[in-house]
Amino acid sequence: MKLLQQLKIAGTALNLNKGRSALTILGVVIGIAAIMAMMSIGNGAEKLILGEISGLGAETVVIRPGKEPTGPTDIAGSLLSDSLTKRDVELLKRKENAPELVDIMPALIVPASVAYEGETYRPTILGASGDFFSKAFNVYPDEGSLFDEADIQSRANVAVIGYKVKQELFGDDDALNKRITIKDKKFRVVGIYPKVGQVAFFNFDELVVVPYTTAQTYLLGIDYYHEIITRASSPEAADKTVRDITLTLRGSHDIGPTEADDFYVVTQQGAVEQVKTIIGALTAFLSSVVAIGLVVGGIGIMNIMLVSVTERTREIGLRKALGATERDILTQFLLEAILLTLIGGIVGIILGALISLFASFVLTTFAGLDWKFVFPFSAALIGVSMSAAVGIIFGIYPAQQAAKKSPIEALRYE
Amino acid sequence: MRIFELTGVEKTYSDGTRAVRGVSFGISRGEFVSIMGPSGSGKSTILHILGFLDRHTAGTYTFEGKTFEEYSPDDLAHIRNQKMGFVFQMFNLLPRTSVLENVKLPLLYSDIPKAEWDARARDVIERVGLSHRVSFEPAKLSGGEKQRVAIARALVMDPDIIFADEPTGNLDSVSGLSIMEKLQDLNTEGRTIVLITHETETAEFANRIISVLDGKIDSDVRVQKRRHAKDGFVK
Repeated sequence: MKLLQQLKIAGTALNLNKGRSALTILGVVIGIAAIMAMMSIGNGAEKLILGEISGLGAETVVIRPGKEPTGPTDIAGSLLSDSLTKRDVELLKRKENAPELVDIMPALIVPASVAYEGETYRPTILGASGDFFSKAFNVYPDEGSLFDEADIQSRANVAVIGYKVKQELFGDDDALNKRITIKDKKFRVVGIYPKVGQVAFFNFDELVVVPYTTAQTYLLGIDYYHEIITRASSPEAADKTVRDITLTLRGSHDIGPTEADDFYVVTQQGAVEQVKTIIGALTAFLSSVVAIGLVVGGIGIMNIMLVSVTERTREIGLRKALGATERDILTQFLLEAILLTLIGGIVGIILGALISLFASFVLTTFAGLDWKFVFPFSAALIGVSMSAAVGIIFGIYPAQQAAKKSPIEALRYE
Repeated sequence: MRIFELTGVEKTYSDGTRAVRGVSFGISRGEFVSIMGPSGSGKSTILHILGFLDRHTAGTYTFEGKTFEEYSPDDLAHIRNQKMGFVFQMFNLLPRTSVLENVKLPLLYSDIPKAEWDARARDVIERVGLSHRVSFEPAKLSGGEKQRVAIARALVMDPDIIFADEPTGNLDSVSGLSIMEKLQDLNTEGRTIVLITHETETAEFANRIISVLDGKIDSDVRVQKRRHAKDGFVK
C-alpha cells in the first residue's frame, strides 16, 4: 500500500477530530516554540555581545605582570609585581621582535582621589597614552583635546577626565583648563570625555587619564608599569602577537625554559570565547529543560493515540477483515502520530520565530539595543526532526497495540 | 473441488467457553450454503474461522488445499483482500466517510493501481443500485442502502467467496429480500456464498443448509424447494 495513501488516511482521521488533534499537539507546539525562541534569542544575544566586544577591538592585546590571576589575591599581587618595564616596551616596539604589533602603550593605575575647590571624588586614575587609549576604544573627548606625545615625554601635569568626574567636581561649570589635585599635585584638565559609560574594561565616565610618565614619576614613584596595552595589525594577528610578546618578554626577563612567565597576556579573543561558552551553556541548559516539556507533550500524544486506537477498534477490525496487514495498521497509526507532532513542530517553529521577532522588536525599540533578529534555521531543523522523533517514539506503542488486534476481537468490540 | 474443508474443528475461548465442539464439513466452489442455528450455537464462530477472522483451537482447517497453519498472517490478509468479501449484520461502514470511499476501502490494501479505483468502486456501486448515493455518508442512508454499500464493498475486489453474517438481521423484509436477491445473483455468477442466519426462511435461499446446535452440526441437508428472492417473500 502506497505511503501517500496511508498519509491521506492519517490526515483524514486527524481531520475528523480537529479539536482533539489541536489540543493534543499543544504540548509539542509549546515545546518546539520555546526551543525556537530560546535558540533565536540566544543567537541574537551572542551576536549583540560579540558585536560590542569586537567594537572594542579584537586586535587589542594586554600584557600584565605576575601570573594569571585565579582569584582576588592574585590581582593584588599582579599590581605589586614590577616585571614590566620601559625596556620591555622598547623591545616590543622593534619590528623584528613583534612584526604584527602596531601600537603600544604602558598603563598604570593610581589609587587616589581627585579634588577641586573642596570637592573630592574617587575615580579610576589611569596613567596612559591619551592617543592610544582613544584609538583602542574609539572614545574621544568632545571638549578640549587629548594630551600628546610631547606631554608624555615632558611628564606634563595634564589630565583628560570622564563625564561623571566632571559632574562631581565642577557640576555644570566649565572644567576645561581648571586645575584639579591628585596626590597634592596639580593637573590641568585638557579634555573631557563624552558620556559613554562602560566600554570594554573601563567605565569612561569615571575615568581620569594622565600621561603614564607623569603617573610613574610624580604619582606613584615607581619605575615599572602595571600593564602594557598593545594593538596587533588585525584581529587575526592577535594570536601571533601574543606568541611574539611572550617570546620577547621571556628573553628580556631572562626566564629559563623550565621557569614560569612573570607576566601574562590577554586578548579580546579570549573574552569572545568566554561569552560563546557561557551563552552556549545557558542555551543548552534551557533547551534541555524545554526538552523535558517535549517529553511531556509526547506522553500526551501517546495517551490520545491510545484512546484513538481503543475508540477505533471496530475500524481496525474492519480494515483487517478487508485485507489490511499488521504492517498497514501499524503504519497508519504511526503516521497519524508523526503527522500530529510534525504539524505541532511546524506551528511551534512559526510561533517561536514570531516570539523572537517580537522580542527583537521590543529590545530594539524600547531597550535601544542594536539587536538583530536571526531566524535560526538550524533550530528549525532540530525542531522538525525532534517533533518527528517524538511522534515516532510516542506513536509506536499505540500503533503496535492497534496492529496486534485480532480482526474479530476488533469487530466484536462495542 | 472443495475450497473449505473442516475436520474436527473446535474453538475454545480464553474464558473456557466452547463455542465450536468438533465440526467437520466441506464446501465446494459455487455452492450457496446457509449455516443456520439459534444465537449462541456457534454458527458465527464457524464463519469467522472460515474467513480467517478468528482461529480454531483444535482440528484441521484446510483452505484451497493448504492448512490454516501453512499461511502466514500476511497471506491471510491477502486472501481476505483478494478472495473473500464480507457482509456483516452491523454493516460496519466507516462513519463520516462517503459511500464511494467506503467501497474503495479494500482497494487500499490491494495491488490494483490507484487509477482504476474510482471506476471499480463506481461500477460496483451501480450494480447494487446506489449510484445516486455515491457521495452520501452512511448516517444519511437507510438500513437496506447501508447493507447494499457493504455488498458493493465486498464485491469491489471481485472475490470468489462472499461471507454474509445475518445480512438481513437489521433490515425490513423488503430490503432483506433485495439483499438476498443480490446474493443469489452473485451465486449464479459462480461465486461461493456462505450465509449465516437464524431463520429457516432466510436459510432456504441457499441450496444447502448446515444446522448448528451447541457448537455441533445437527444436520447438513440439500434444500429441496429452494426459495428465489425474485419470487418475493411468500410465507
